[in-house]
Amino acid sequence: MTKGLKKMGQARLPLRKSSLCLCLAGIGLLFLGLMFIHAHVRRQADGPALDRIAGTVKILELTDLALFTEARYTRHLSQTDLFAAFQDHPVALEHFPTGAVVRPPERWRRFNGKLD
Amino acid sequence: MASWIEKQRSIMDFTLSSLMRRKGKNIALFLVYTLVVFMLGSALFFTQALKREAALILKDAPEMVVQRLLGGRYDTIPVAYVEKISTIRGVVAAGPRLWGYYFDPSVGANYTLQVPRNNPPGRGQIIIGNGIARSRTVSQGDIMSLRGYDGLVRNYTVHGKLSAESELVSADLMLMAEADFRDLFQFPAALATDIVVTVRNHTELPTIAQKVADLLPDTRPIIREEMVRTYEAVFDWRGGVVLVLLTMALLAFVIFAWEKASGLSAEERREIGILKAIGWETSDIIAVKTYEGLFVSFFSFICGILAAYGHVFFSSACLFAPALKGWSVLYPAFRITPFIDPYQVAVLFFLTVAPYTVATIVPSWRAAIVDPDAVMRS
Amino acid sequence: MIKLLNVRKGFNLGKPNEFTAVNGITLTLEANRITVLKGPSGSGKTTLLSLIGGMARPTVGRITLRRAGKNGADAEIEVTSLPERFLAEIRCRTFGFIFQQLNLVKGISVLENVMLPAYPLGENNRVVRARAQALLDTFGLGDRPSAKVEWLSGGEAQRVAMARALMNDPPVIIADEPTAHLDSKLSVEFMEIISRLKDEGKTAIIASHDPLVFGAGMIDRVISLRDGMIEGDAP
Repeated sequence: MTKGLKKMGQARLPLRKSSLCLCLAGIGLLFLGLMFIHAHVRRQADGPALDRIAGTVKILELTDLALFTEARYTRHLSQTDLFAAFQDHPVALEHFPTGAVVRPPERWRRFNGKLD
Repeated sequence: MASWIEKQRSIMDFTLSSLMRRKGKNIALFLVYTLVVFMLGSALFFTQALKREAALILKDAPEMVVQRLLGGRYDTIPVAYVEKISTIRGVVAAGPRLWGYYFDPSVGANYTLQVPRNNPPGRGQIIIGNGIARSRTVSQGDIMSLRGYDGLVRNYTVHGKLSAESELVSADLMLMAEADFRDLFQFPAALATDIVVTVRNHTELPTIAQKVADLLPDTRPIIREEMVRTYEAVFDWRGGVVLVLLTMALLAFVIFAWEKASGLSAEERREIGILKAIGWETSDIIAVKTYEGLFVSFFSFICGILAAYGHVFFSSACLFAPALKGWSVLYPAFRITPFIDPYQVAVLFFLTVAPYTVATIVPSWRAAIVDPDAVMRS
Repeated sequence: MIKLLNVRKGFNLGKPNEFTAVNGITLTLEANRITVLKGPSGSGKTTLLSLIGGMARPTVGRITLRRAGKNGADAEIEVTSLPERFLAEIRCRTFGFIFQQLNLVKGISVLENVMLPAYPLGENNRVVRARAQALLDTFGLGDRPSAKVEWLSGGEAQRVAMARALMNDPPVIIADEPTAHLDSKLSVEFMEIISRLKDEGKTAIIASHDPLVFGAGMIDRVISLRDGMIEGDAP
């Protein structure tokens, strides 16, 4: 019985810093794992929706994402020509913010040299 | 083995006490480090996921689109070309497509007007994308007015809306009948925007594209692979805003590492001397420094990455929205599907944790191998 | 038992400010004795203590240490040629240091300071903690284990340093000017503690120019140093 009490007394010793730290590290890794699991679950769940969107793309014969609706050459990236981007003059600097985010499509880079 | 573990844990205890001594400085360090990882992680997750999603969504885009060029500029294409293209072997079907841009001055938004080849709306009717519905607060039955290229205003009734979930591809779309389209834009009947081609054998696409270009030298065919690959260049780290972001993050990192590597203070040196004097080995001292670097970088990494994940996949990268939106008025509301690559997360981990840990160890090395005698003399 | 054979220690060798702190000392220090090194500053006391305690290597000469071996028989180890790792282990297990400046680690608690010498040995943390607490109790500081060392008075800090020195129950205690920051009463108390340690079987080597120390009754041997050499050696 005294041994049990002694153990209780010992249990009330403050938590070691390294124990706390390792615990937190473990929890962190757990959350990291959960992150990957969540991503996987969401991917599965979003599968049908993505298929439906692909269906819309097929029916409407769309070629680009409607992400950058600022300018013609940012809206239809895959369809645009060189002119649209340089419409002001040939060495015009980019003035649409999203133009700074996207690079010219590969086709242009392949056949027209450096475009920067 | 048990004693080795116990020894490491004791050293960790000491390292943590050591870190707690300069609480303010270490917390600030942790926060900035987390912020850097957050930015890099967000950029990484966002671009990866968007590229993957684009590839999935656009997998059924038209196989080939033929455009006509006039003086290097994208121009309208004669409908007559359709017949010529249809004669090429391997082509199953070819048809003219009508689409264009309409700028709405009342809201400053660009709409993409399109005549769908399947099930177009009736005359006087339009089907609008959910982005337009949201920004103009219109719904079925409402009327929208567009000014034609002849200066006259035309009214169209909203017949339906495209789905909210497809906003990423359809937010700014406005579908109308062919007659309405040609009337609005004064588009000649003999011309179309481009020609959509379907082929029998998908692998022959490049060959057929070449044949089209040979047959009609003023045209430029674009095949599906090129359309999908366009989005792999989006947010490319080699250009623009992303490069600036990365450079800033890297600079912050270099500043950290420099601060750490620029040497120990006299106090730190003395402390190493004391530890050695009471019987700690060089390897124990190095272990302290390693743990110091590891703890800060590990926890910063975890917090930064989790925050980045939350930012990109729960709030659809709200902090990036201004950069992506630019000056556009219509921005699609969409939830990005998480496509995260463990390999890239691992690379980010090593790129952030390793240099910082090394930068923490290196300056202590010299002090750690010196005889503790110096302590007695101080 | 510690033997020094023709030990010499020079600093800044080859440079214009070269000097020899210990200049050819041959000495045998017996176990379970209290030895005091006496001499003016600059006589090489601190350097000699460093050499004895394995904190520096002599430029010339040999130092051997005899300690109880694992199988009961005594083992004689030559300390001077040991690799750093083994030397650190010997420092850890054999010697307990009390520095002149005390050299406690700032910013961490009193208890942690006392536990530090035990960390490299990888003992169970609870055992180590209990032992450290017991030592603090012996020195009357048991009620404040989590106090930060900066808050202690000179005498209290000295006692923490002593507790730390005794943490691994080392057979040899080395103290460099231990009474430098203490008043007479505390100095006498210190010497009494040393006497008790001798009764427990430990060896003590103390460097001091304080008459209270080298004139104390329990001292077994006083070695006078001058200019790095032994001038006198009295029981």
